[in-house]
Amino acid sequence: MTTMTIAKAINEGLRATLAANPKSLLMGEDIGPLGGVYRVTDGLIGEFGPDRVVDTPLAESGIIGTAIGLALRGYSPVCEIQFDGFVFPGFNQITTQLAKIHSRSSGKLSVPVVIRIPYGGGIGSIEHHSESPEALFAHTAGLRIITPSNPHDAYWMIQQAVQCQDPVIVFEPKRRYWLKGEVDVEAPGPSEDPFKAHVLREGTDATVVAYGPLVPVALAAANAAEEDGRSVEVIDLRSISPIDFDTVTASVRKTGRLIVTHEAPTFGGIGGEIAARISERAFHSLEAPVIRVGGFHMPYPVAKVEEDYLPDIDRILEALDRALSY
Amino acid sequence: MYAATGMYSFRGIYPSDIALHPDAASKENGMGTHLPSTEFDGTAVDDQREADAEAVMGEPAARMVQLLGPDGKLGTDPVFSGYADKLTPEDLRGLYADMAAIRRFDVEATALQRQGQLALWVPLTGQEAAQIGSGRASQPQDYIFPTYREHGVALTRNVDLAELLRQFRGVSNGGWNPKDTNFHLYTLVLAAQTLHAVGYAMGIQRDQKLAAASDPAGREPDAAVIAYFGDGASSEGDVHESMVFASSYKAPVVFFCQNNHWAISVPTNVQTRVPLSNRAKGYGFPGIRVDGNDVIAVHAVTEWALEHARQGNGPVLIEAFTYRVGAHTTADDPTKYRQSAEEDAWRAKDPLARLEKYLRAEGLADDAYFAKVKADGDELAAYVRRTAHDLEDPDIRQAFASVYREAHPLVAEELAWFEEYSAGFAGGDESAGQAAEAGH
Repeated sequence: MTTMTIAKAINEGLRATLAANPKSLLMGEDIGPLGGVYRVTDGLIGEFGPDRVVDTPLAESGIIGTAIGLALRGYSPVCEIQFDGFVFPGFNQITTQLAKIHSRSSGKLSVPVVIRIPYGGGIGSIEHHSESPEALFAHTAGLRIITPSNPHDAYWMIQQAVQCQDPVIVFEPKRRYWLKGEVDVEAPGPSEDPFKAHVLREGTDATVVAYGPLVPVALAAANAAEEDGRSVEVIDLRSISPIDFDTVTASVRKTGRLIVTHEAPTFGGIGGEIAARISERAFHSLEAPVIRVGGFHMPYPVAKVEEDYLPDIDRILEALDRALSY
Repeated sequence: MYAATGMYSFRGIYPSDIALHPDAASKENGMGTHLPSTEFDGTAVDDQREADAEAVMGEPAARMVQLLGPDGKLGTDPVFSGYADKLTPEDLRGLYADMAAIRRFDVEATALQRQGQLALWVPLTGQEAAQIGSGRASQPQDYIFPTYREHGVALTRNVDLAELLRQFRGVSNGGWNPKDTNFHLYTLVLAAQTLHAVGYAMGIQRDQKLAAASDPAGREPDAAVIAYFGDGASSEGDVHESMVFASSYKAPVVFFCQNNHWAISVPTNVQTRVPLSNRAKGYGFPGIRVDGNDVIAVHAVTEWALEHARQGNGPVLIEAFTYRVGAHTTADDPTKYRQSAEEDAWRAKDPLARLEKYLRAEGLADDAYFAKVKADGDELAAYVRRTAHDLEDPDIRQAFASVYREAHPLVAEELAWFEEYSAGFAGGDESAGQAAEAGH
C-alpha cells in the first residue's frame, strides 16, 4: 500500500500503461514538459519521449480525430481534454465517429481510444472550467464512461480504460485531484471491474448513490445522518455507462429509499435514468420517490455563487428527510 | 485556351477559369434569373481586389498541372512528365477501362435507386479521372480514407462494387472489411475522416520507428495515407485541424481534394476565394492544383505526392479541378441552382473522351478494345444488379452485437427483452419463431 493523491495515482497508472504497452501513447494540450495544467502527466515525457507523450496543437477535434486514426492503426491513445467545458469542439468526433466505428463496421473495426476529462466544479474557477457534461456522453451508445472517486480506483481505472477494447471516457474529479488515499499498486482487489458500483458504506434506512467528486460528500452526509440515528447506505457508482443497476437495485430492495446526487443538472441527467430504472426494477420496494440532488437547470454559475449550486451535505440530508417523511 | 502544355496560369490568385469558359461573363444572360456561379464575374472590383491582394501577399499565380488536354493531345510538364512517362500502354488502357467501368457502375446504381432498390445513390460521373488516377497511384500498403463518393477509388482498391451498395440499400453501413483493402468505410460527416487519416499516418510513423528499433533489416515498405474530401468539406474545421496536425508532425498523408465545383447547391466561391491548393502554403506544405479530368496528370501528381509523403517529407495537398456532372445525390435537382450550359462546358472536358482520343491517335487501342470495355462494363452492371437484388436483409441482433466489442449489461438486457418480446409473436412472425426455436 502506498499513499498518494488522485492526480499522482492517475500519473502512476499512466506510467504503468506506457511501460507495459508499447502501442499506448498520451495526447493532449500542454501534457509534455508542463505535465498538463493539473500536472497529471508530470515527468512522463522525460521517461517515454515525445512520440509517446504528445503535445498536440490546440484543437480538441484534432486530438480526438487523430487518436481515432491512431487506434485504427493499432495504437491505444489516451487523450487529455484540458477542461470539461473544452470537450465540445471534439464532441462531433466523439459522438459521430468514435462511438460508432465499431458498430458501423459491423464489428470489424475497434477504436479503443481513452479520453480523460477533468470535470466538475468547486474550484472557484472561471466559466467553462467547472462543468459536468457526462450525461451528454452517456446518451451516446458505443461509449463507456467511468469516474474514479479515490486514488486506488484512479490508479486502476485509467489502466483498465486503456485495456478495454471499447472507447472509454474517464471523467476525473478535478477538485479531488489532491485527495490522498491508499493505493495497492500490486492488485486492484475489489476494483477489478471498472464497470461495477461499490457499496462504500452499508445502511438500512436509505441509499445514496454518488459518483466522482460527490462521493466524499455523500459519505460525510451519511456520517452526519448516523448521528441522528439514521442508517444510510452509500454507493459509489464508478461507472456512468454502463450503470451497475444490479448493485443499486439490491441496495434499494434493502433500504426502500434512494437519493441520487451529482453536480450535473438534474434535468435529463444520470439521476433521472437511475430513478426510472429503479422504479421499474424495485417498484414494490420503494417507500418513497427517488429523489435527485443535483445542479440547477442553468449554465454553471459564476464561482462566487457555486456553493449555492453544488450539492452539499445539507442538501443531501434535506433530501434524506424528504425521503424518510413518506 | 486550354493549353496542353501542362501549365495553366490563372489571373492572379483567384480560381477564375473564365478562360475555360469564354462565355462565362455572359452566362446569366438568357436564363432570366441570376444563379450562383463557381466563376468570378471579372468586374473591376474583383480586378482591384486581385491587384491589391497580389501587392500585399506577393502570391504567385496558381497553375494547374495538365498533361492530357480535352483534345486528347499529351503535353509536358517539367516535373510530372517523368511520372507520366512510366505509364505503359497497358497501364493507360487500364486507366481507361477503370474509368469506363466505374461510369457504367454509376449508371447502374442510379438506375437501381430509381427502381427502388437503393435508398439513395451518390453519383460520381465526371470525377472518374480524379478517382481512378489517384487510386491507381496508391500502393497496396497505403491506406485510403474516402468520403462517400469515392466509388472509383474503391474499384482501384479491389472493393467488391456490389458490396459498396450495401450502405445505400440500408443493409449495413459499409459492406467491405477495411483491413482487407486498406480502404476505410465511407464517412458521411464531412471531413471527419481527414483527421482519422492524419492519425493513421502518425501511426505509420510510429510503426516505422518501432520496426527500425526491433528489426532494421525486416523493414516493411513505407506507407502513406490519402484523405479524400471535397470543395464543400474544405470549409469544415476538421480539414483545418487535420492540416495543422499533419504539418506539425510531418505526417505521411496526401490530402486529395476533389473540387467538383458544387457542394450540393452552393458553388465553390462560397467556400473559398483562393484556389484551394493555395491553402497548403499557409500550413507549410506543397499544394498542387491538377486537372482533375486528366487521368494521366492526376496519376502523376498523386504518385509524386505519395512518394513525397512516404519518404518522410510530410503532407501534400492536391486539388483535383473537376466537375460533378450529375446531381449531388439522387435526391438532388441541379436544375434549380445551376445552368445546363455550365454542365455542357464541362462535358466537353470529359475525362474518358480525351483518353479515348489519345489511345486511338497513338494506336494504343482500337474499336475492338473499346467494344470489349463496353461489354465488360455491361457484365459488371449485370453482376452488380444481380448481387444487389440478392443482398439479404440484416437482423437487428447484428446491431445489438456490434455496439460494443466487450460485453455490456445494458445491451444484453435490451436484447434479452427483445428476444422475449419477439418470442411472443412465435408462429405469427417467422423470424421471431425461428429465433425462439434457435434458443435465443
